[in-house]
Amino acid sequence: MTPLSYLLQRGTAMFMAPLIIIHLIVIIMAVQGGLSAEEILARTRGSIVWGSFYGVFVFAAAIHAGIGVQTVLREWTPLGRLASANIGHTLITILWVLGARAVYAVVWA
Amino acid sequence: MSPSERVLKVDIWRGESQGHYQSFEVPERENQTVLDVVSYIQRHLDAALAYRFACRVGVCGSCAMTVNGRPRWTCRTHVSRVTGGGKLTIAPLKNLPVIRDLVTDMTPFFEKWRDARGRFVPGDGPRDEMAEVSPDSPQRAAASAAIECINCGICYAACDVVSWRDDYLGPAALNRAWAAYNDARDGDRPGILQAMSRHSGCHNCHTHHSCAEHCPVALNPTFSIAALKRATLKAKLRGELSR
Repeated sequence: MTPLSYLLQRGTAMFMAPLIIIHLIVIIMAVQGGLSAEEILARTRGSIVWGSFYGVFVFAAAIHAGIGVQTVLREWTPLGRLASANIGHTLITILWVLGARAVYAVVWA
Repeated sequence: MSPSERVLKVDIWRGESQGHYQSFEVPERENQTVLDVVSYIQRHLDAALAYRFACRVGVCGSCAMTVNGRPRWTCRTHVSRVTGGGKLTIAPLKNLPVIRDLVTDMTPFFEKWRDARGRFVPGDGPRDEMAEVSPDSPQRAAASAAIECINCGICYAACDVVSWRDDYLGPAALNRAWAAYNDARDGDRPGILQAMSRHSGCHNCHTHHSCAEHCPVALNPTFSIAALKRATLKAKLRGELSR
């Protein structure tokens, strides 16, 4: 792990912590009276606030998870540094694309 | 050994990385260190037993071994403190190649000291005046807290990350690097942070505190490593590191 990957992993963790709290509070509040998919989409569609919120969240989560998995692979499997890094970077890309696709689907689609 | 003597059962690792435990019976004494037990076996029961020691008073760092599963300095470890059910199991230090019996090859350990840039680098030329280092300065206090390492390898054997990654520099080398970084006379302090910033450097530490828990001279390499992480991050954010 280099200073850059360390900074990115710890930085995304710090960044996501308040977002996760907001996410959980909103879920708990929103489901109090029961909640359907239509009601969720009615709130999220066209919302720049929720689009931005979850857009940066999935980006941070993808980076955080990718670097973490890369470290786990390096430490717990026979994979070398390069192979672990390649898998980690691929995972970052996949998670970001899937997350961005999901955000697009509930906000703009 | 007379019939009235109390007996200590001792299992000792024999062989290299592949080997087996051999059992011995040693007279139990009121005051007896683990090193006394190993020396008794080598002198009276099996002269071929290989082990390493020098000072016998906890200064040289030569006699570290795995005693009942934990790395310890054997010259300062009393048997009465560590025996479980009157039995001792003694093995070489973990995370290092075994040469024979209880003797490990310390080469990787000291190569990592070198790679961590733990040596003193003098300045460019002779100084007009001797460097003044105040004992009260934060830098000197940080160096003092890390400097009394006896190079025993116990923290290296206790470190989980070293056991997972053979390229990780390990707590002793990183602790030494932090002491060197706080030496105001060092001529290449940025070089230490550069060495820390490689893939094998300080950012791999998981802060398990095993090094601090096992250090026989009560140093805390985990704190030194955390300080190195902060120093390298600051240097990175200022654009002073090449990676």
